[in-house]
Amino acid sequence: MSDINLTTAANAVALPPGMIGVNDARAPEKTEVPTETVGVVTVAEPRMSARNINVYYGEKQAINNVSLDIGKNEVVSMIGPSGCGKSTFLRCLNRMNDTIDICRVEGEIMLDEEDIYHKNMDVVLLRARVGMVFQKPNPFPKSIYDNIAYGPKIHGLARSKADLDEIVESSLRKAGLWDEVKDRLAEPGTGLSGGQQQRLCIARTIAVSPEVILMDEPCSALDPIATARVEELIDELRQNYTIAIVTHSMQQAARVSQRTAYFHLGTLVEVGNTDDIFTNPRHKLTEDYITGRFG
Amino acid sequence: MALYLIILVLLAFTAFAYNYGRKRALAVAGTERKSRLHSLPHYYGAWTAIWCSLPALLVLGLWLATQNTVITQFIIDDLPREIRELPAERLGLVVNDIRNQAEGAIVSREVSPEIQAAADQYSRLKTTSRMAMTVLVLCLGIGGGILASRFIAPQFRARNAVESVIRALLILCSSIAILTTIGIVLSVLFEAIRFFEKIPIPGFLFGLEWSPQTAIREDQVGSTGAFGAVPLFAGTLLISFIAMVVAVPIGLMSAIYLSEYAGPRLRASAKPVLEILAGIPTVVYGFFAALTVAPIIRDGGGLLGLDVSSESALAAGLVMGIMIIPFVSSLSDDVINAVPQSLRDASYGIGATQSETIRQVILPAALPGIAGGVLLAVSRAIGETMIVVMAAGLAANLTPNPLESVTTVTVQIVTLLVGDQEFDSAKTLAAFALGLTLFLVTLVLNVIALHIVRKYREQYD
Repeated sequence: MSDINLTTAANAVALPPGMIGVNDARAPEKTEVPTETVGVVTVAEPRMSARNINVYYGEKQAINNVSLDIGKNEVVSMIGPSGCGKSTFLRCLNRMNDTIDICRVEGEIMLDEEDIYHKNMDVVLLRARVGMVFQKPNPFPKSIYDNIAYGPKIHGLARSKADLDEIVESSLRKAGLWDEVKDRLAEPGTGLSGGQQQRLCIARTIAVSPEVILMDEPCSALDPIATARVEELIDELRQNYTIAIVTHSMQQAARVSQRTAYFHLGTLVEVGNTDDIFTNPRHKLTEDYITGRFG
Repeated sequence: MALYLIILVLLAFTAFAYNYGRKRALAVAGTERKSRLHSLPHYYGAWTAIWCSLPALLVLGLWLATQNTVITQFIIDDLPREIRELPAERLGLVVNDIRNQAEGAIVSREVSPEIQAAADQYSRLKTTSRMAMTVLVLCLGIGGGILASRFIAPQFRARNAVESVIRALLILCSSIAILTTIGIVLSVLFEAIRFFEKIPIPGFLFGLEWSPQTAIREDQVGSTGAFGAVPLFAGTLLISFIAMVVAVPIGLMSAIYLSEYAGPRLRASAKPVLEILAGIPTVVYGFFAALTVAPIIRDGGGLLGLDVSSESALAAGLVMGIMIIPFVSSLSDDVINAVPQSLRDASYGIGATQSETIRQVILPAALPGIAGGVLLAVSRAIGETMIVVMAAGLAANLTPNPLESVTTVTVQIVTLLVGDQEFDSAKTLAAFALGLTLFLVTLVLNVIALHIVRKYREQYD
């Protein structure tokens, strides 16, 4: 491991007054938000690496100078209070922010040595390589089969019906849904339970064989049992995919991820091994958040 | 007193009653009014004003509505027996004469002493009636106001009373629209039943020949009348079909463009412009069809060696289709916008392009709603009148050829009812039977379409 320590905790810089003060009354030391990150943002074998990302919605800056690597076959979780920019950052990684007119992204994001914001980058291919699972299960109003087959069809991954059947089956198997739905593939995907729908959406993402899977609070609309099922699945998927997950549940971050990044007001405050972050946070803000003093 | 003066005085009473009620409420409440009055003071004012004006206005309206009938009845009762026993229509003429004589208008015949006497009596009764009405209405106004103000006490729930009056008023207004609809339907229904007494329903619905000219005199030649409406239905369907072929693809595609591709600024300006099309009077579309499009089609057909009628179904259908475009596009636009963003995100997240997303996710998701919108558009096309009156023909040809002239249900209704008509002939009554058919078809289409659209809305709410 050739880790590069970008910064130390000591030199935190004061921000202009507009960006601070949400929780001033309870925790006065939070008036200082670091623009540089505590901990190691890089990994030895990065699948994706983001450098100096700034994101603006119109005039408003949503993300301020964030750098982060996402290593091969690891699960990176991003935590932080609402509005801290973690979802925005996640959506930069497959350029989903392109669909928002007023959104502007600065900085460099590499996927396997390729700049995904380069003008020659085909965003359609990028999204096939970096898939996304959303907060609310959003199956298409089609049959279960067609939900999975949609991606492979539009990317021409299947040469024959048999190929397609195989992709559908293996995707559903990987998502742990096959046994539950194999007898009713022709029924609408919207008829499944919430947890099944979310696993269907994961299967749909897997079906196009992405390298990276981005998950934006994938369990926030699910009950605890369905959540446990999805978390198990995430752990299994790690063997073959790189996963970045945004979550509001610190327990979930602790359970599923190897590395954790803590965002606060658009900056990446601290990043490190999940165990270290939760047992021994180095930054005051991180400590306050994970001990439940705010957030 | 003139009617407007009565109303003005009543309004003045009402204004006074409002003030009086309000003041009285404050007075009975004493100094600590906030803690003691049930409602705000102006509710007591409104309560008094309502009692001052509403009963008086009701009586005024009722009086005005019935006084003519009542006075006429008095006059008739006083007429000599030989006039009284005339048949109803001729008696009506006599009464008209009496009225005209009384009001100093032109009378159709020599004024006999009986008529003159009756006219004098009529004038007298009218004056009395007017005076009685004035006194009664004004007394009611004052009396109602005083009576209502007696009720004012701190515990009196003026707000609830006023609210219930307002509610009754709103119910009255909404029932007017419904009652009017029922009235129209019934009037069409009864005339249609009279028609079906002359022409049996199967003959009307399934007959293949339409030629509504009937003989007025016994010696007229060759006009026996044929009331088979199939050519009209076929013509209506042909023109509507052409219209939908134009309107559905263009409307749908412009909706897709506006809701999915166009930037917010373009959408903000393009949508209203598209909707201007909906604001053009149909009669303008009519002469556009008749004077511009139809000749172009005829000449163009001539160049190709086709024999095109100058009142072809094609011309009427094309222009009607253009008229319906904004209708289809605005409904489809609503439906497409109702498809949740999460479905688009899901599709883009897999790496689908915009057109793949639209074709394979958005349109299938929006399809029920679009179908509902198209059905609504069909019912508009079927009921559309002005364009076809001006651009489609009158000849009831039973043909699938859009280059020939056909006629529609609405066109025939117009031609059957234009001009002086006798209401006991099948020809005139046929219009009502056609109207009833049209109404039923569009009603069924609308009910189905609205049902589909509503179902669709619920799905994504």
